[in-house]
Amino acid sequence: MITLDELLQRDKQREEDGFKRKIRIGRLVKPGRGGKDKIVVVPTTVEEKFIHDEIKLDQDDTDGGSTSGTGQGEEGDVIGEEPVRPSEEGEGEGEDAGQGPGEGSGGEHEFEANAYELGKVLSQDFELPNLTDKGKKRTLSRYVYDLTDKHQGVGQFLDKKATLKRIVQTNISLGNIPDVSRIEPSEFIVSPQDLIYRILSREKDFESQALVFFLRDYSGSMGGKTTQVVVSQHVMLYSWLLYQYEKQVETRFILHDTEAREVSDFYKYHSYKVAGGTKVVSAYRLVNEIVERENLDRDYNIYIFHGTDGDDWDKDGKEAIEELMKMMTYVARIGVCVVEHSYAGKNKTEVDRYIRASGLLEKHPTLIKLDVMGEDSDDTRIIQGIKTLIT
Amino acid sequence: MELVSQHVKGIMEECKIRARDAGLCFDDETLEYIVTNRDMIELSPKVMIPTLYDYWVHDVRVLSGKGMYELYPSNPYETVINTRPAISYYNDNNPDWLNVMIFYHVLGHIDFFQNNLFYKNTWDIDLTGQALSDKRLISRLRAEKGRWVDYAIEFSRGIDNIVSYHKEINQYVMPRKSRKLSRVDFYFDTFLQVIKKVSASEYLKEIERYNLTSKEEQPVDEFFTQVTSIYPEFDEMFRKAAEKSKKNDLDVMEYIMTHSVFLREEDNKWMKSIMQIVRNTSLYFQPQIRTKIMNEGWASFWHDYLFMNDDRINGHETDYAKVNAQVTAMPKVGLNPYALGLRLFDHIMDMEDKGRYSLEYFMLRDELERREFNGQLNTGFDRIFKVREDYCDFTFINQFVDQEFMNRHELFVAGKRLNQKRLTWEYFIKSKNAGDYRQMIIDTLYHPPVIDVVPSESVDGILFLKHTFEHKPLKTDFLENTMIGIEYLWGGPVKLETHEPAQKAKVDPDYSNLMTPGPAVPMTKQERLDWKKVVYTMEKRKLTRQEQ
Repeated sequence: MITLDELLQRDKQREEDGFKRKIRIGRLVKPGRGGKDKIVVVPTTVEEKFIHDEIKLDQDDTDGGSTSGTGQGEEGDVIGEEPVRPSEEGEGEGEDAGQGPGEGSGGEHEFEANAYELGKVLSQDFELPNLTDKGKKRTLSRYVYDLTDKHQGVGQFLDKKATLKRIVQTNISLGNIPDVSRIEPSEFIVSPQDLIYRILSREKDFESQALVFFLRDYSGSMGGKTTQVVVSQHVMLYSWLLYQYEKQVETRFILHDTEAREVSDFYKYHSYKVAGGTKVVSAYRLVNEIVERENLDRDYNIYIFHGTDGDDWDKDGKEAIEELMKMMTYVARIGVCVVEHSYAGKNKTEVDRYIRASGLLEKHPTLIKLDVMGEDSDDTRIIQGIKTLIT
Repeated sequence: MELVSQHVKGIMEECKIRARDAGLCFDDETLEYIVTNRDMIELSPKVMIPTLYDYWVHDVRVLSGKGMYELYPSNPYETVINTRPAISYYNDNNPDWLNVMIFYHVLGHIDFFQNNLFYKNTWDIDLTGQALSDKRLISRLRAEKGRWVDYAIEFSRGIDNIVSYHKEINQYVMPRKSRKLSRVDFYFDTFLQVIKKVSASEYLKEIERYNLTSKEEQPVDEFFTQVTSIYPEFDEMFRKAAEKSKKNDLDVMEYIMTHSVFLREEDNKWMKSIMQIVRNTSLYFQPQIRTKIMNEGWASFWHDYLFMNDDRINGHETDYAKVNAQVTAMPKVGLNPYALGLRLFDHIMDMEDKGRYSLEYFMLRDELERREFNGQLNTGFDRIFKVREDYCDFTFINQFVDQEFMNRHELFVAGKRLNQKRLTWEYFIKSKNAGDYRQMIIDTLYHPPVIDVVPSESVDGILFLKHTFEHKPLKTDFLENTMIGIEYLWGGPVKLETHEPAQKAKVDPDYSNLMTPGPAVPMTKQERLDWKKVVYTMEKRKLTRQEQ
């Protein structure tokens, strides 16, 4: 059976042969109770063929398609409904509220493990850069125990190399080595004090911690591919950070249309969809509020990544820019990714325009990055986008 | 993977006897294997054929299948493959009563594979053997040519859905008759009437003259000598017409294999074998894709009928009811091919038994009389056996989903729409009309685009493909990679003519509503669309688009 590594190797070869890459890093998500999703990272690929496409018209957002049904009723009767904007509460949480936290808490963990692997793949196979400055100044100190100290005579673990060195030194000073080019180890005189051991000792370990805010536009215009691109990118970003920060990463997920809301887990983050308008500022404001309220800027390197199709009701983005400026006082990086609809035209979206116009990109090139891509972007382009956002 | 135990095999043989008594018809030999769920995951990308050739896309599917299994462990009941002998796979932990039910289901599938005419192209092939020899050929080529073999497979698979299955099956069902244009036909049907537009009396005179010459048993040539002396252009026009009438009936893959200069080169000949393998494999599975509803419906019909009349059900009636309901219940919203197929076979039998497929019933307008109509034909079984032989999903749905069927099972087309005020998705009853329901089901059936080579446009090294207009656009994202593949195999530029909906749809003002308030008849999406002709060109791995 072929492994993921071999598949990626083969995919790289494709590029050298002049064909596009075909392997995508996909993820399967199974919603779990109480926000404990299970996520599995798998490779996916599409076999392109000539096939029919559905006819999509711009105005047809409100039609969800047809299927078969059975039951009583007259034409036109509504037989059921489901909320477009699912509520956080009442999603089966009531039933298992009594269960202890021990149950099923592995969910989060499994995603972490998988995502860490993905981050490794991204860093190594896709040549994403390693973080140069992990911002060690804001650290969480803790102690680890390791065999780092050396001790003569007694200890837990014999350091053979150091011991041999020591023996040679002793014998030279004793004049026991007459000819340096012809050393006879059986003639060595060994003193008990020459044995060097490593012993267990307490070390202070500095770990950087990162907090990542993922912001996603989930308004009506974000249908289909734009959402896929944004979510893809965010999964990869998250995985990469997880790898870079040795799993010391916390995440917050924020969705916005005209209002912003925080959701508890990645599954909700990537699956929710509504059909409303867009106000980017709402999300930025919420981030600022959260950071202020929880005093997060003291303990964390804060990253904020925002994915949108660039649509904003607030045409000149006055308020949004204001909130962005506030963010810059504490963030390590803001990365805004605009995924343009193919019908929108190049660089014509509101968000794209007002961020560029604000001059923030030039003034603070290390704090904020903007990347614009088309909705048809493939993984290679998405990964390139990540490079743009993080370097 | 191992064969089932003798005990289980005994149950299977017992099932065969009873199924035969009920009228099912299949080969004596079958093979039953026990597989683990893991085996299943590894087999399914290879369409359950253990000997299918290796290809990296299969590996990707296996990896994601394993991921899927990690999240959603499932226990499939059975899988049958259309081989000789028919092979089926089972879990090892089924109780005997469940095996009886499953075997009946499997026998339903085998009967369908071996009797439905759409499978006729698969009847004389030992697929597992064929696949094994293909697999060996491909791995030998891979040893020689390396990864280029995989590219050849990829590019061939890119066009393996537009193979001419119907032409192929037609040759099996109805041996091809020669339809060469004859000189006589051309002279009388086209030349005199369409080109020369001679008067009726002159036309009849010519026929008279022709009849005389043939009566005198003189060669027809003599007749035409006179024709050419009057119309010197006749011979040339006939030659052109004959040329034209020789329709290109090669599908895109065949055309490339026959005419590609690139593939003719000594170094590239091996690619043809790969194309052939991919094409044959695709053709082999075409009937299965096109008879999904029927095949599952037929198998479900028989497992129910046979098991209910089997004494081995005793004591397991409720267990059976539960399993059966899981498989064949009609979902409130959504489509279940097992359920739909089963009910439709049931319905056909009922209608036929009561003699309702008749003019008498058709002419009946009184609702009450219709409901009570019973011609007492009792030929339902014969009818459904005939249907399983001659129909595919399209004809099955198109002919037999009638209003009676809709009413009997309270079926409707369910729509989903956004309620802006309440911010909810609403499910509603869109239509209870059989015509609408048929159309909705038919829209879900397998229907690859019709794409053919236009030989007259394929000159100067260009391959010109035409997508026949059916009010359906092609998925544009997939064009580039597909066409890169075709360009590679063809060895020159490739053009594709298709139609795309214009960006802005023209919506006619709805005047019908002004005078008479009431629901207007909404036009379907397709009707109010403007279409434009587009030609895509793939040259040197660059795709360009040109509107016409």
